[in-house]
Amino acid sequence: MLLVFWIFTKFADLVTYSLFGLEAGSRLGESVHFFFYDTTKIIFLLSIMIFFISIIRSYFPPEKTKKLLSNYRKITGHIMASLLGVVTPFCSCSSVPIFIGFVESGIPLGITFSFLITSPIVNEVALVMLYTIFGWKIGTLYLASGILVGIVGGIVIEALGMEKQVEEYVYQISAGESEVEELEWNDRIDFAKAEVKEIVSRVWKYVIIGIGIGAAIHGYAPAELLAEYAGPNNPLSVIAAVIVGIPLYSNAVGTIPIVEALMGKGVALGTALSFMMATTALSLPAMIILRKVIKPKLITVFVTVVGVSIIGVGYMFNFVM
Amino acid sequence: MKITIYGPGCKNCVNLADNAKKALTETGVEAEIVKVEDMKEIATAGIMSTPAIGIDGEVKIKGRVATVEEIKELIS
Repeated sequence: MLLVFWIFTKFADLVTYSLFGLEAGSRLGESVHFFFYDTTKIIFLLSIMIFFISIIRSYFPPEKTKKLLSNYRKITGHIMASLLGVVTPFCSCSSVPIFIGFVESGIPLGITFSFLITSPIVNEVALVMLYTIFGWKIGTLYLASGILVGIVGGIVIEALGMEKQVEEYVYQISAGESEVEELEWNDRIDFAKAEVKEIVSRVWKYVIIGIGIGAAIHGYAPAELLAEYAGPNNPLSVIAAVIVGIPLYSNAVGTIPIVEALMGKGVALGTALSFMMATTALSLPAMIILRKVIKPKLITVFVTVVGVSIIGVGYMFNFVM
Repeated sequence: MKITIYGPGCKNCVNLADNAKKALTETGVEAEIVKVEDMKEIATAGIMSTPAIGIDGEVKIKGRVATVEEIKELIS
């Protein structure tokens, strides 16, 4: 791995200093170097990681998750749902069929939400990037807190008894059983290859935009100012970060480089990570999709519960680190 | 024969429909391609991950874009 990083550094050196003729140590030079180094490194790591993770994912289709989850109730159910949210392949365009499938098969609403909340936050791809960029300690903290947000959020929604806030038609559907295909080893490899192609072609723009903004912050953002307003000493920074993050829609993958650059400028870890959780877990497009199955009141509850949990996590991070 | 493409109209569903069309032209099989975009209908068919493809009402491959080769096998 170290050799690979060395190659990317050399490549960025070559492009920035030889090809563009920028001066090493200058602001523009630093920004451009950071951009090329990070883009190549992240796209490379991303492809490798998606491949291996997709192999694992191929063992957990949503149908299997549904069957597993119908065996659990109460707290165990929330924990299982949140954990399965980590490994079940999921994209926001599937959230409606998954929601209907779960609710229709009798899985309690709160447990369904535990799954739906954790799934986008602990995007395993983002997780692997967190591990590589920030190390195992932060990666593990993020994983644990993402799962925790799902468990707590689901329990609160269950306790509020929101069943009436689900569109009536959801309960009237009786979903057919459809066969889960038996996969051979080469099917899993083909699936993983297709996933790499599909995910990389979908997220690369977010990565580049994210790194571009990260690079600009890296070279130009005033460190003293950010440290003062978003550093660990400003207690309101976490709340502000979450409120700013909610309407923004980005892939976790694109947010990480921004978070990395912000932290380099003294923004507190908890503040940066709550911002990232808010952009991934709560977004306008996801809410518009969910509106097809749940009523506005439940959407409001969902946003509030998840938002508050994320703020809690942010404070916890700022406190622990 | 009827080929059904299930999906809410995302990019993958379009790709899947294209693959189905290609499979039909390449094999010369006559079939009608129907798109199901309604979430209720998708869920009723027991599909939890889109896109999915069904032949004569039976869901065959779901959660990924079936390749032209796979569709050829399904329709032959």
